[in-house]
Amino acid sequence: MVAAPERPLLQVNNIEVVYNGVVLVLRGVSLQVPQGGIVALLGANGAGKSTTLKAISGLLRPERGEVTKGSIEFMGERIDEKDAADIVRLGIVQVMEGRRVFEHLTTEENLIAGAHIRRDGQIRRDLEMVYHYFPQLKARRNVKAGYLSGGEQQMLAIGRALMSRPKLMLLDEPSLGLAPQLVAEIFDIVVRLNQEEKVTMLLVEQNAMMALQIAGYGYVMEDGRIVLDGDPEKLLNNEDIKEFYLGLSAVGQRKSYREVKHYKRRKRWLS
Amino acid sequence: MDFFLSLLVKGLTLGCIYALVALGFVLIYKATSVINFAVGEMMMLAGFLITAFVGLYGLPLAAAIGLSLLLMVLFGFVLERGVLRPMIGRPVIGMIMATLGLGIFLRGFAPVMWGVDKKNLDLMLPAQPLRLESIVVPPVDLAGVGITLFLLACFAYFFQRTRSGIAVRAVADDQQAAMAMGIRVSTVFALSWALAGITAVAGGVVWGNKIGVDQYLSLLGLRVFPVVILGGLDSIAGTIIGGLVVGASENIFGGYFDKYVGGGLKDFVPYVLMLLVLMVRPYGLFGREVIERV
Repeated sequence: MVAAPERPLLQVNNIEVVYNGVVLVLRGVSLQVPQGGIVALLGANGAGKSTTLKAISGLLRPERGEVTKGSIEFMGERIDEKDAADIVRLGIVQVMEGRRVFEHLTTEENLIAGAHIRRDGQIRRDLEMVYHYFPQLKARRNVKAGYLSGGEQQMLAIGRALMSRPKLMLLDEPSLGLAPQLVAEIFDIVVRLNQEEKVTMLLVEQNAMMALQIAGYGYVMEDGRIVLDGDPEKLLNNEDIKEFYLGLSAVGQRKSYREVKHYKRRKRWLS
Repeated sequence: MDFFLSLLVKGLTLGCIYALVALGFVLIYKATSVINFAVGEMMMLAGFLITAFVGLYGLPLAAAIGLSLLLMVLFGFVLERGVLRPMIGRPVIGMIMATLGLGIFLRGFAPVMWGVDKKNLDLMLPAQPLRLESIVVPPVDLAGVGITLFLLACFAYFFQRTRSGIAVRAVADDQQAAMAMGIRVSTVFALSWALAGITAVAGGVVWGNKIGVDQYLSLLGLRVFPVVILGGLDSIAGTIIGGLVVGASENIFGGYFDKYVGGGLKDFVPYVLMLLVLMVRPYGLFGREVIERV
């Protein structure tokens, strides 16, 4: 991390999220995403990673969730009260978990839908830009997205988000349900987009090893709060991360789940 | 053979103007997954507006139609804002019930405003029907076919080629994903209702001229329901195909077999056809199939 006192692109300050007015799913989550960086947000199922992303992108409200405490600032502007549609216009786009392509639209129509907020007449050029990163999509531009393979759909989801020309991309589990080789390919492109198109990334992953290889900073969530954060080296060397996310015990062997300690360790985190 | 041909042509033209009404269902369903049961009533309202502007305020016909278009588009927007938006995110059945209620309201409201007697909506078309040997086509039907095909072409272009049209289809596919792309779902809904308002005026003009304007004009909404189901609830092309099939078959069956069963086949055949198609293709002939990847 650079030591300069630069304001981060995105700042989440101590937010609390409540669903249906009663269910508290996030409590006191704070994180920062620096301009131009890749930040990983790790954690197990149900830890609140997706909810954190939706709180940022404004997609909570349709699910009856609400940010009840804290604030979210993007480029110095508070966005936690804004509509999803306005937040996209500010330059934050979310690639939702499970790809969520428009199945009955063709690949190219999906990309055009992704450019919905654009009024600058550069859409043709950006289509080519997306096809440059994902040549497979170009070959299948007139195929209904529902008939694409899982990997192609994930590429389309990322390409579609790219079409809005975002400053910050929120990626929710891009590796979900994909073969390891495809995962590597997707992560590769994420890095290229970060470097070549200057898109800042906030990456939610269960695949901690992959995520920490490309991230500049990482946060670990557990049960609705951030329990650990630091540089990838620090996290990768952390005993708990090794055990729970990488499946390795201290001496580098696979962890046996028969040991009781597994459970006790976890307990300590929650306190 | 002549008899058959004349039945067929008559049926096909009828089918075309059925499709005009059916569009009102499809436009709304495509974007919002709501079956708009007020289609017939909106058409009736448009018919009443036009006759009122001409009859009571003495406007020229073109101006009356233009003004009605404007009002019906506005009606669509107000309806979306006032009645339907509060129900976004709730079960769809709520919105469907709301359209039912709206229909009932309009059916009561229109006669109170403009009286129960049948009004003529005179398009000042030539009275002389078009003749081609034994086939006779009244000018109003021809105008109806023309208007239908024109609107269909416009809508097809809109949904396939324009960015707004693609946004509407995106919302139909996955509302939340559409929101994540910055598409305003409520704007898309309002747009769909406005388009439905436009088709209501077109339907009101054609059918009002054909059968006169009174509250019974609204019954056409349910009459074209088999057309919509047959063609597929969300297919623009399906409305015209469904319309042609229903129009032709009800006319041909009616023409040949009505004398044996004492009449009424016209009202009966479309529903049988609808049931048969549903057995083979549950989403209609051209409806959106559920894509499953394995």
